[in-house]
Order: sequence, then C-alpha cells, then structure tokens
Amino acid sequence: MNALNPRIPSGPVRDAWTRTKEELPLISPLRKRELTILVVGTGLAGSSAAATLAEQGYRVKVITFHDSPRRAHSVAAQGGINAARPVAVDGDSISRLFRDTVRGGDFRAREAGCHRLAEISSAIIDQCVAQGVPFAREYGGTLATRNFGGSLVSRTFYARGQTGQQLLYGAYQALMRQVQLGRVELLPRRDLLELIRVDGVARGVICRNLLSGALETHTGHAVVLATGGYSNVYFLSTNALKSNASAIWRAHEQGALFANPCFTQIHPTCIPSGDPYQSKLTLMSESLRNDGRVWLPQRRQDSRDPETIPETERDYFLERQYPSYGNMVPRDVASRRARELCNEGQGVGPAGRSIYLDLRDAIRESGRDVIEKRYGNLLEMYERISGEDPYAKPLKIYPAPHYTMGGLWVDYHLMSSIPGLFVLGEANFSEHGANRLGASALMQGLADGYFIAPATVTAWLASHSGPLVTQDHSACREALAAAQTRIARLVATKGDTPVDQFHRQLGLTMIERCGISRDAAGLSQGLQEVRELEQDFHARVRIPGGAEGPNLELEKGLRLSDFFGLAQLMLRDALAREESCGAHFREEHQTPEGEAQRDDEHFAHIAAWEYQDGADPLRHSEPLQFTALQPSTRSYR
Amino acid sequence: MTPTLSLTLRIWRQEHQQTKGTFQTYTLKGLSPDLSLLEVLDQLNDQLIRSDERPIYFEHDCREGICGSCGFLVNGQAHGSQRATTVCQLYVREFQDGETVTLEPWRAAAFPLIQDLAVERSALDRIIAGGGYCSINTGQAPDGNAMLIGQEQALSAFETATCIGCGACVASCRNASASLFTAAKLAHLGQLPQGQPERRSRARSMQAAMEQEGFGSCSSNLECEAVCPKEISADWISWMNGEAR
Repeated sequence: MNALNPRIPSGPVRDAWTRTKEELPLISPLRKRELTILVVGTGLAGSSAAATLAEQGYRVKVITFHDSPRRAHSVAAQGGINAARPVAVDGDSISRLFRDTVRGGDFRAREAGCHRLAEISSAIIDQCVAQGVPFAREYGGTLATRNFGGSLVSRTFYARGQTGQQLLYGAYQALMRQVQLGRVELLPRRDLLELIRVDGVARGVICRNLLSGALETHTGHAVVLATGGYSNVYFLSTNALKSNASAIWRAHEQGALFANPCFTQIHPTCIPSGDPYQSKLTLMSESLRNDGRVWLPQRRQDSRDPETIPETERDYFLERQYPSYGNMVPRDVASRRARELCNEGQGVGPAGRSIYLDLRDAIRESGRDVIEKRYGNLLEMYERISGEDPYAKPLKIYPAPHYTMGGLWVDYHLMSSIPGLFVLGEANFSEHGANRLGASALMQGLADGYFIAPATVTAWLASHSGPLVTQDHSACREALAAAQTRIARLVATKGDTPVDQFHRQLGLTMIERCGISRDAAGLSQGLQEVRELEQDFHARVRIPGGAEGPNLELEKGLRLSDFFGLAQLMLRDALAREESCGAHFREEHQTPEGEAQRDDEHFAHIAAWEYQDGADPLRHSEPLQFTALQPSTRSYR
Repeated sequence: MTPTLSLTLRIWRQEHQQTKGTFQTYTLKGLSPDLSLLEVLDQLNDQLIRSDERPIYFEHDCREGICGSCGFLVNGQAHGSQRATTVCQLYVREFQDGETVTLEPWRAAAFPLIQDLAVERSALDRIIAGGGYCSINTGQAPDGNAMLIGQEQALSAFETATCIGCGACVASCRNASASLFTAAKLAHLGQLPQGQPERRSRARSMQAAMEQEGFGSCSSNLECEAVCPKEISADWISWMNGEAR
C-alpha cells in the first residue's frame, strides 16, 4: 500500500486552494490531445468533470450504465445547492459556510477540503447560470435562495423541487456539446467490472456491455470514478434502484483504501414503507421542513385522524426539544428523535413507523397558492404514492437511508491511494465528515467535477503520461479473466432463489444492525448474518439465462455480490468507531440527554480500510487537524 | 386488513429486434393497492425466475418519476391513463380489481426495440448533441446576478426544462415525431438571455438532428402534450417552428 499522505497544503486554510492551484503543473494543449482519460459515471461529478477535461483538450471516454447520461441519479436531488454569496441581509460569507460544513460534519471532515468547497461554491452558481440552468429568481430578477436544515442563513439556490435535475441537465448538455465536438466518446449501457492496474497505477477498466454481454477493455492515462453512493446496500433506500458500489468496491479490492464506510446518512423525511414488495423509499425534500411542522400525538397508539387531534394533544417534539433550530435541526438529529418516539409507541401509520409533517399552519398563514408554488411537484408525488392529499392531511414520513458519506479515500487532489485513480462526488468520502448538511452534496459533486479534478488530474498527468497501455498487456488480460470468472461463477450456480430475495434480506440486516443507531452486540451479530447470507447467496442464487445478451438478473447479481463485501466493511467500521458522531450513533456513547458523544481524543480521524485477500481488512487512520476551528459539541438546542 | 386486487397483465414479449414478438398473459392475485406497477412487474419476475423462465425486461431506475428511464404503453397509452405520470408512479390503486392491463413498448422507427418493454432512446441524446446547450466553457462564467431574469421568465424556462426525455411524446405521435422533446429544449434555452447568441442556429441544427434520426414531423394531434409526464405544452412546437425560420 502507498503511504497515507493526504497532501493537505501547509499554512492557513483560507487561501490554501489558491496557493495550490498556482503551484500545480500544467500541460501544453498539444500534449493533452494525446492523453486519454476514462470517466466512469455521468452524474453531477462525472458529467461536469468529463465536459471540463474535454474542453481542456484531453481525449475523454465516458462510461455509464445508463442508456443516457441524463438519467444519472443526481437528477433526483430535490432541494437545492448551497453557495456562500452574501445576497441577503443575513450576512452569509465563505467563512460561515466553511464553519457550518465542518460543524455539520461533526468534525470528521478535513478543514482544507471544506474551506475549498465553500470558496468554490459561488463560482458553481455562476457556471450553472451561464449554462442556462433556470434557478428560481426574485421578482427583481436576482437569484432566489431558501433555508435548509442545519443552517441559520438562506444560502440554498434552487429550481423548484428539481434542482438536481436542472443542474444535471446543465452538466449533461455541456457533455453532449463535447460529444458533438468529437472530444468525448460516450459509452453508455456499460457496467464497470474490474479496474486495470499496471505497476500499481490505474490504467484502465473492464466493462460489460449491458446489451450484448460482451466484455470490453478500455485503457487510459488516468481513470476517474464518479459512480455515486451505496445506500442500496440497505435495499430500501432513496437511491435509484441501479445505484451500486461495484466500481468503488472493485477498486478497493485492487488496493484503493475505503474511508469511513459506516457514515451513512439517514434522511428524516421520506415516505415510509409498507408492502413486502416495495422497492423504494421516496424522499420528500428537507426544504418542506421550512414550512412543515413535525409532530406526533401525545397519546400512544392514537389512531384518530390527525386533523381531529386538538392542538393541546400534539407534541411538536423538535420545536420542544430544540428551541433555536426547531424543525430545522440537521438530519441525524431529526431522524434519531423520530425513531425513538416511534420505538416508544408514539408513532403513527403502518406499524407505527411514521411521524407527521404538517403544512396546515403554513397554508393558513401564506395560502395554498404559495405552498403549491414552493413544493407543488413534491406534494403531487406524495399524493400519488400515498394516495392521501397533503394539503388536507399532514404527510406521513419516516427516516430512510439516503446519502453515503463514506467512499474511497482520496487525498486533497481527489486521488485515491491507487495512483492515477481519481474519485469524485459521492463515490469518495471527502468533505461531509460524519454527517451531511442539506444542499451540500450537489455542491461537492460540481466543485469536484468542474473545478478541482480538472486541475489536479492535469497536475498528475504532467509527470505520468507515458504510452497508452494496449489491450494485450498482461494486466488487461488478467483483469478480463477475473471478470469472466466472476460472471461464470454466478451463471453456473443455478440455484432456486432470485437475487432480490437475498438483497432484501441484506437490507433488513443492515438497517437493523447498522441503521439510525448501532451497538457493539448488534454490529457483531450483523457481521455474522451478512457472512452467512453471502455464502447462502453463492450457493442458492438463480440467474436465468447466460452471460450473453441483456441479462438484468446477472447485472443485479454482480452488484449484490459486491454489496456483501461492502456491508461487512461498514459493520466493521461502525464497530471500530467507539464514539458517536453525526449520523454514526453508537448507543454506548451518548450524553445523558441522548445526544451523540464524540471522542475527539481517540477518534478525530478518518478511518481508511485496506483490503486484504483472504484476511480481515486493515484499519489505518488519517488524523484530522483543526487550525481554523476548534472542535466543539454540536448543539442545536 | 387492506383489501387486495388481482390483475391480469397482457405483456409484449420479444427476445430481440429480429425475432417475432407476441403478447403473453399473466395473472397476479393479492396485490396491495400501494404497490407501483413496476413493483407488480418485480413480483411477476420473481415468479418467472423461480419457474426458470426469462424475466420481463423493462427499464427503470429512480422509481420516483424523474430519471425518465421507465416508460411503456399501458392500455395503449404512454405511461397509462393518469395525467402527468410516469409508469413508475402508476399505482395498483388506479386499476379495477380483475382488470386486464396491456403493456407494450414504445413503437417508433427511431427507437429500436431492445427486449420486451424496452427500447433504445439514444436518438434523443443525439438531438441534444445537435445544439441543445449554451456553448460556454467551464470557469469563464460572469456573475449569475449580473444578468437579471424576471421571475415569470425564469419559471417559464424552468417548466420547459423539466422534460425528462422518456420518449412518451414520440410514442404517442402518429408520425413518431420528437417535436415536443426538441421544442422543450429550444424553449428552455430560447427564453433565457444566456441562450440568445445561438438561438437561431440552435433551432436549425436541433431540427436537422431530429430529422436525421428518423423522427417524423409534427402530426398536430396533440397526443404528445396529453401524455407528457411533465405536462409540457404543445404550444411550444409552434413556437419552435417560428424560431427556425
């Protein structure tokens, strides 16, 4: 393994990125034309990186499992994107956004990375506006903003409840422009099955063409993974169903360290689950908490219609427990309080696993028109899924796995511990610490793709260009054979049980053992259960059809087999982190008030796991230094 | 106990473009009204896999009506009869107990069939590549507030920008035209100051790309607007025709 060097610039964080950029080496435009970069994934991070690298003059190959880059899961992000622009009287600034980001991450993120993100945030908005992203505007024509959880200033830029869609289309259009100019080769409907390393350096990937079943070898001078998060390890999550961990897991098995895998964010406002065949938990944007009041009946197992429950018998528990933030507390806090009350029997809805999010007062105050204008599409979606009218009845919501803060370890240059392998957006671990504030993931994806990776990938290539690896290189042949073996093994099992059944079971184990809260006994038990399930899967799975042609079950089977490894790493990581921080809540470590109790003396670090073939993984740690901010207890009371 | 429903699904099965397709019928009982139509297909596929048959191939991903992956004809109508809905947002409660529901893929020359209910829609990407963007490079953008855009104007541009590229408009047009899709993108960019410099050339080149892909011309029967899950108005098609002149 390479030494764990985060390459964080020395000196004050305030202008660290500016200083770094000035020192990064450049490459002449003529040489860039001879260099090929593989970009895997076409969400906000992948599309923006591919478009920008192509603009710079590189030859770019873009690989996505979708039929079109426009379908990447970034499209589903609803609420908005943060940017530090002092547009209103609330006095927002880069240092405020920086502070909120580090604090929101519960002091488990790097200061330098968070500061860079805050610095770049404003340029992202300008970039997107110039591309034609139709952000909401004030009457006077200036950009509009709104509030989001975990923040006391209005810094979230939005396009109704479809901000992710509009930002993604901006990046997708920039990408398609480069396709038209012949600078990007678009390779859709391909799954990444292996990473190719030559002398320890990332030099290519093996993909399966999802229509023909053919395995393809693609080589490049650098590989960029922007393949999103892994919440689907829980089966039921807010992620699109095909979101997966395969690309980062294959890279992990090739030596890329995996950081903070147990940091999974559970989003507090999702439509709850019901039927055993339910495939999906739909998120209701957190922005609804701006106007919606969260409550539960004071009486346990109260089955009355919510509208008939008088004010005096309602418990507005977030407002009661957190007078200064109220319904706007960060996601981890809101999720935990909801789970506790439901566990105590105060919950409503199916199996008592819901809480109310009530727009009644906001409608009374501002009028239905205003609320409809703000959240129209979300509320329509809610009505369609639940069959209930959210303008007449409070919404029923419950926390659900949403965003994974863990991912491949990267240094300040976004390079993983495999040289030449860059990891962007949700696929890496950076900037979010143990918790993510609302509207910050879109910001990170676009900062990585438009501004950071184009500079740092260039810097790396300046001294590592060399000739392109050819497909007959032994490393390519070995990777190809490994992919063939994995496929052959699955197809040959010929058991009796569909992939989804194993996936549902894995999800149940993970949410129970490694969900909103965790404890040592449950995590150890979970490890055992996942191990057994994995063995069972390999003994009993049935993949109809063969390796040729389209085969959705084979796609699912390959992805699930990677989730088993990841699930075990998540459990191990949660077990090793003997503290509570942000979304990682260990029952053993809490204050008398039931809040997360951090242990800065022993755990102010990033856990970075090294894969070992046939043995337990090794835990390394990268200490976190705080110079601009002093770690303090997060308090939203 | 929540009441359950039974549905008979008549589904188009076709191995690939070159083989002959046929309808096959499956009956599912005890379906919860809270299931989506795609979850019913998941359940059917579970049964097919257990009995060692090839599962039904259909496209899907986000299952919340925004990625644009899903889409097929439900009882002859793109995304089914419910207004402003994608197939993934169509719930069992919208059907009658015992109803027979026919599912078949989009049919358009520019959308070759992949298998069963899935077709290839990359022609739509090539229309976007034909000019559906503002030609701006990263890092040279002016202050987003330097350009004032009225609230109504921004909202109108946004509404046309919400097209998810599902292809329902194409599948519902008797000429399999992609006019609504193309017009929506032109209207998005054409209504904003950022889109002005390339406005005419964009309209011409995107229309040319549309023709080159084998989409027909607008049939003026407005079915596209009726089935659009994002309710984009067909008025933008006339607007587009004015743009290209």
